[in-house]
Amino acid sequence: MGTVVSFDVPAAAVVGGSLEAAVRWLHWVDRIFSPYRPDSDVSLLAAAEVTVDGCAPEVAEVISACTAVRLCSGGYFTAAPGGVFDPSGYVKGWAVERAAAILSAAGSTSHLVNGGGDVQCVGGRPRSALSAAGASGSSAGSAGSSSGLPGEEPWRVGIADPFHRGGLALVIEAADSAVATSGTAERGAHIIDPHRGHPAAGLASLTVVGPSLALADAYATAAFAMGPARARDWTESLPGYEAYAITENGDTWQTAGFAPHIAPA
Amino acid sequence: MRRVLVAVVVTVAGLVALLSFKTHMNSSERTVGSPPSVPPLLPGEHALTGRAIRTVYGPVQVRVVERSRTIIGVNILQHPAETTMDIQIGQFAFPRLVGETLAAQSARIDSVSGATYTSNGYISSLQSALDERSALGKQGALDNRA
Repeated sequence: MGTVVSFDVPAAAVVGGSLEAAVRWLHWVDRIFSPYRPDSDVSLLAAAEVTVDGCAPEVAEVISACTAVRLCSGGYFTAAPGGVFDPSGYVKGWAVERAAAILSAAGSTSHLVNGGGDVQCVGGRPRSALSAAGASGSSAGSAGSSSGLPGEEPWRVGIADPFHRGGLALVIEAADSAVATSGTAERGAHIIDPHRGHPAAGLASLTVVGPSLALADAYATAAFAMGPARARDWTESLPGYEAYAITENGDTWQTAGFAPHIAPA
Repeated sequence: MRRVLVAVVVTVAGLVALLSFKTHMNSSERTVGSPPSVPPLLPGEHALTGRAIRTVYGPVQVRVVERSRTIIGVNILQHPAETTMDIQIGQFAFPRLVGETLAAQSARIDSVSGATYTSNGYISSLQSALDERSALGKQGALDNRA
């Protein structure tokens, strides 16, 4: 079992070695943070065989970030969802965001990294790539997600339809933003409401868009655990982040600032 | 600008695999011969055959059919079929994965948020099929540690 992380990068990132560095980073994160590896720092910490001081410094960083999200979400996000220390709910988005940052630090201004359905976009996509795809229509210059450079347009990120496998509920335009979705579509009811200890109910899918994938992913998980009513108020209160939800009944709602992210049909 | 897509399989969070793919835009197309027992190609269609990926359940291999650089079909050439579970996977999971591939392509999107899949073998073989026409060839190859 694993997570596939895919990169869409300029060829220069391959030649310059930054892609390789980003992949090395992900494998390092896997070694340190995987709860499925008995010798990972996270496993050893969960078993109380080491203290935080005996772990990689990034472990303390992740713990502190998880604490911050737990506090701001009223306890709906936790680094111990099953009662055992397991910060996976934060680590995936955080690791993918940092993989994208490694490419940025090496000079790339246009790339996309998708780790297990959590997407970090940097810049926009090169316009030439779209025309090469031979598709019709134009999404250039649409509102909201302006891409930084001429010759670029926003990345198009589909949100999986929770009721129709293989289908898309919506397409988002994202430039310099992250998109994270929590839902039951593929893995069933796997998000636990930490206050009740039961799988969260009421929502089929909840997507958060914003600058940081680490936060978007954690916010999506927390909001999903809250259920529809509480999630709506809470996501509306998050500065810089917008949300789109699909309820178990198929109803949808979105935060006030979400509409500009939707790609024109 | 030439771009490349790679996929890397890690066990971060122990989650299931994601299907995410993108065709390589500036690449010379290469037609791979039709394997037996799959539909014949129509004029204008190209087939790209992925590597057979060994999984713990058995080999998985796919073939991608394209027309004008658009994926119009994915054929499963090999998949495990020895146990009841294997057959369920063959009847349920693969059609779903193929559907996802086609939906993603037809919606002209770069990526999908919220879709995760268990079928590393499918993804790996699909990726290697798409790599067939990558100008960067082996540099775009898959690093699979599942």
